Amino acid sequence: MTALTKLFRTTTFRLSLTYLALFSTAAIIAIAYIYWNTTVLLSRQLNQTIDAELKGLAEQYRAGGLHQLVRIVAQRSETPGNSLYLVAEGKGHRLAGNLSAVSPELWNSLGPVEFYYRRPAPGGLERRLAFANVFRLPNDYRLIVGRDIEDRHELARVVRSAMLWGLGVMALFGIGGGYWVSRKLLARIDTLAATTRTIMTGDLGGRLPITGSGDELDRLSESLNLMLARIEQLMAGLREVSDNIAHDLKTPLSRLRNRVEAALSEPYGEPVYREALERTIEEADELIKTFNALLSIARIEAGASSENRERLDVSALLCDVAELYEPVAEERGLVLKAEAKQPVFVRADRQLLGQAIANLIDNAIKYGTAKEPEVEVTATEKDKTVEIVVSDHGPGVPASERERVLDRFVRLEASRSEPGSGLGLSLVAAVAQLHGGSLRLEDNSPGLKVILALPSAGEAISNGVPAQQQAGLETKSA
Amino acid sequence: MRVLVIEDDQETASFLRRALKEAGHVAEYAGDGQTGLELARANAYDVLIVDRMLPKRDGLAVIGALRAEEIRTPALILSALGEVDDRVKGLRAGGDDYLTKPYAFSELLARIEVLARRSSPEEGSTRFVVGDLVLDRLTHKVTRAGEAITLQPREFRLLEYLMKHAGQVVTRTMLLENVWDYHFDPQTNVIDVHISRLRSKIDKNFENPLLHTVRGAGYSIRDSAH
Repeated sequence: MTALTKLFRTTTFRLSLTYLALFSTAAIIAIAYIYWNTTVLLSRQLNQTIDAELKGLAEQYRAGGLHQLVRIVAQRSETPGNSLYLVAEGKGHRLAGNLSAVSPELWNSLGPVEFYYRRPAPGGLERRLAFANVFRLPNDYRLIVGRDIEDRHELARVVRSAMLWGLGVMALFGIGGGYWVSRKLLARIDTLAATTRTIMTGDLGGRLPITGSGDELDRLSESLNLMLARIEQLMAGLREVSDNIAHDLKTPLSRLRNRVEAALSEPYGEPVYREALERTIEEADELIKTFNALLSIARIEAGASSENRERLDVSALLCDVAELYEPVAEERGLVLKAEAKQPVFVRADRQLLGQAIANLIDNAIKYGTAKEPEVEVTATEKDKTVEIVVSDHGPGVPASERERVLDRFVRLEASRSEPGSGLGLSLVAAVAQLHGGSLRLEDNSPGLKVILALPSAGEAISNGVPAQQQAGLETKSA
Repeated sequence: MRVLVIEDDQETASFLRRALKEAGHVAEYAGDGQTGLELARANAYDVLIVDRMLPKRDGLAVIGALRAEEIRTPALILSALGEVDDRVKGLRAGGDDYLTKPYAFSELLARIEVLARRSSPEEGSTRFVVGDLVLDRLTHKVTRAGEAITLQPREFRLLEYLMKHAGQVVTRTMLLENVWDYHFDPQTNVIDVHISRLRSKIDKNFENPLLHTVRGAGYSIRDSAH
């Protein structure tokens, strides 16, 4: 496609052409109408004037005979102007008037006639257009009264050509303007297209140019730039994840491989092999767990479907999960206190929220210390937000690290010895984001306080009913 | 027990068949959905193990077709898709249980054994008896050798599930799914701690333990005196 055909194909150019055609047609119709009307009016006026003069002269003839007519005509012919007169006898011989000769058509016509006559001018005779009417006198005499309409004719010609020129100029400006506007627009579109291609080939940092005029193209570019920023962010996230996977999955994989290799090179029999295989399965299971957790986080972050979301009582769920962990806490010499008496409701996926709460409690139990053994779990509602708070009195997380521990695979040095993948809080953060909530860490002096905030799904239906029971009622009526 | 394995991966299928045989079961095999459907129609199996993604006919479609023909053979779906949504879809299509790949064979075995016996009359009974341990589902009372044992509501449900499947192996995941209704990994050995609490209540003062740990698999309640 050449540059020109590309230009002709632009919407702007086609639109300009259409407008030009429409506007020209309208202009031609209007001008033609005015021109035609004016001509008709002027001719009618001329006709009437000539008629009136003819009648006047006929009166004179009747009153004073041919002699008086000739005299008056001779007199009027003297006056300079456009008026043309002729009084002639049957053979065309002029008796008076300023018309020298007439054609047979005029001589024999019965009504008004347009004709050419010759008039002396500087440098000879000139041929001019005239308009006249004939009055037949007795004895085949003729009285001819007319007007020179050459000037009027000339004016009409000038007006006509002016109009044509005007139309021509208009068309020129229309096409030229359309061309210019289209080319300007096309240039911007081409820039946008070129930039998009560059971005497509891998330069995700590129952005579409914005002229600052705030026009529709700028608005489009702004939206596209926002989209690009989001894509870049997602890609960065993806890259980070693959880096992490490379590190945190490859390390245990190579450890696993080494163990199998070492076992194979051992000369001893079954007991050694058996132990090595058992350890291998254990390690494989850990890997599977990590892998599953990663996949879940990825799926949650990609926006899992809201199909499984229901209105559920967080207090009931919290007590339920706490009950699952309570024996473990006790075994570690901790006291797990779930204080969530008042039912509070959110719209959530029970499995995902359950897992998030389980991760938080699991963490709290892992890092709590027997010196100050309380691990508190509460759910409260305030300003349309439900806050699930899990706090322990363990070593806590330094303020500078609180953002970072939400990232995947991040584990603080102090916790390296504990089992875990470093994905627990990432999953909680993803679940919070999926449900339109947030996750933040605070100092519990000493210890860590994790607050999972979710948008509330309204008040309890009635008070004074135990949370469990009310949750049951709620799901039934839903 | 006669099992039909519908799985397109040759290696997985032959591993499953060998392992099932070692566990004392008869395993047959179909390499695609269509063959699987025809075999399941023609023979009476105790359990079907159906891979979700199969050539010719999708695993869920196979189960759907069987259910439409009123063939109620219990089916366990194997899938690499492990999210709650996928599980719900699988169960809605007529599957009876759902296991995510990769899985431990002990987990698979425990689950199909439970599935195959699901239609047994014990299912609906109101009293479970294992040795001298009695659980009454109506009065919620548990006694051992005539002595009343006080259990927390959750401990009762845990024991109830174990006794319902007495003599069979029940895995930790099965307990978490069926007693707590959680389909996620709790990270810590929470189930073990619950079991040891339950064990301390029902087995501690008795000579003959009933609640056994099956190494590498899970737990089983049975009267080993017989």
